[in-house]
Amino acid sequence: MAKKEIDVVTPVPQVSSEATTALLRELVAHLRQNRTQLREEWARRITEAQLLTAMTKEEIFAEATSVYDNYVEVLESGSIEALQAYARNLSERIIPRGVETQEVVGVVLLLRDVLARSLFKKYQSNFDLLNRVLDAYEPAANRIATTVSVGFVQERERIIRQQQEAIRELSTPVLQVRERLLILPIIGVIDPQRSRQLTEQLLRGIRANRAKVVVIDITGVPTIDSKVANHLVQTVEASRLMGATVIVTGLSSEIAQTLVTIGVDLGKMKTVGDLQGGIEEAERLLGYKVITSGETSQLLSA
Amino acid sequence: MEVPILKQGGYLIASIQSALSDADLLSLRDELAYRVGRFRSRGVIVDVTALDVMDSFATRTMRSIAHMLKLRGAETVIVGIQPEVAFAMVQLGLTLEDVATALDLEEGLAYLNRGMKRENTGAR
Repeated sequence: MAKKEIDVVTPVPQVSSEATTALLRELVAHLRQNRTQLREEWARRITEAQLLTAMTKEEIFAEATSVYDNYVEVLESGSIEALQAYARNLSERIIPRGVETQEVVGVVLLLRDVLARSLFKKYQSNFDLLNRVLDAYEPAANRIATTVSVGFVQERERIIRQQQEAIRELSTPVLQVRERLLILPIIGVIDPQRSRQLTEQLLRGIRANRAKVVVIDITGVPTIDSKVANHLVQTVEASRLMGATVIVTGLSSEIAQTLVTIGVDLGKMKTVGDLQGGIEEAERLLGYKVITSGETSQLLSA
Repeated sequence: MEVPILKQGGYLIASIQSALSDADLLSLRDELAYRVGRFRSRGVIVDVTALDVMDSFATRTMRSIAHMLKLRGAETVIVGIQPEVAFAMVQLGLTLEDVATALDLEEGLAYLNRGMKRENTGAR
């Protein structure tokens, strides 16, 4: 998939003429020859531009070396697969350390600049040849820059998706605490997507557990916006349509304020101060009566 | 598509089997109103488990069924609204406000039985 996208961004010119191939070969030889010097120049420019501040000098130099070698390799072979794999691997290592996208792009563009300058220097006497060398170099260099940046962004997106997935799975447990009584503890900010998912799980839970009473505890929710508040009210009504009573507990003063401001009809919604009160109310609705074992023995002996 | 209406003791059970046209809904309403009088039923259960859509007309008809039957002396419970249907209805603002609802047939019967018991003890 990555490869396809890159092809769209910078169409690879078919290496048609032998001249281009020859030029690229010459280019690669030049870059190999000056490896140490160009690599150092690059690392120096990175430090100068204050990029990759999250990494130490030695690390930057080590990474710069492998990127440089990869870069030359791609110029030579024209195959970006190895570079793609390397870019992914690199991104995996540096993303957790807080490296930003613009830094990665900046670093790759710096390398491009360093190499181009060395080419200018080498061929400055022969303008025609310089032109042709750049014709060969530019598309390949652009392609490499895109590959590395896209690889980084893709890795980032992959991590984001993975985390969203994890949050989704963790976010809304529907728990049965007694026969026909469910509790739904909600912790953290509710966004529209999460509220949709919450409703879905609750309604399914009602059917699966044949619940009569559901306690939604929102002690762990700091604030909600009016959209989510409305959604909550809708969830309560949908549950009623399925024959279940919903008790909402643990409304913070901010949330209470929001509900009042948007003018929710409180007659439709049962609210109790805290989770304990909510469960007690639910037990009352279900006809349970909780007594301590001491009282039972007293009742029995009496 | 006609809706079968079963008599079960003092209750009538209308079990909708497939999507209904507006005309079907109206004939269901009339049929229930007639039979409640004829069998002197005290409770009616309308089972909508098979419906995967409840539009505004269906909802309004359910409401008018409940109100009509109330006037004819029977209590109505709508049972088996599916999760997706329930949420879609609420989003459309169709909340069946003054109509009793229950999870399924069993719950609906339990609801009606509770109502009867209350009535009987209240009368004594």
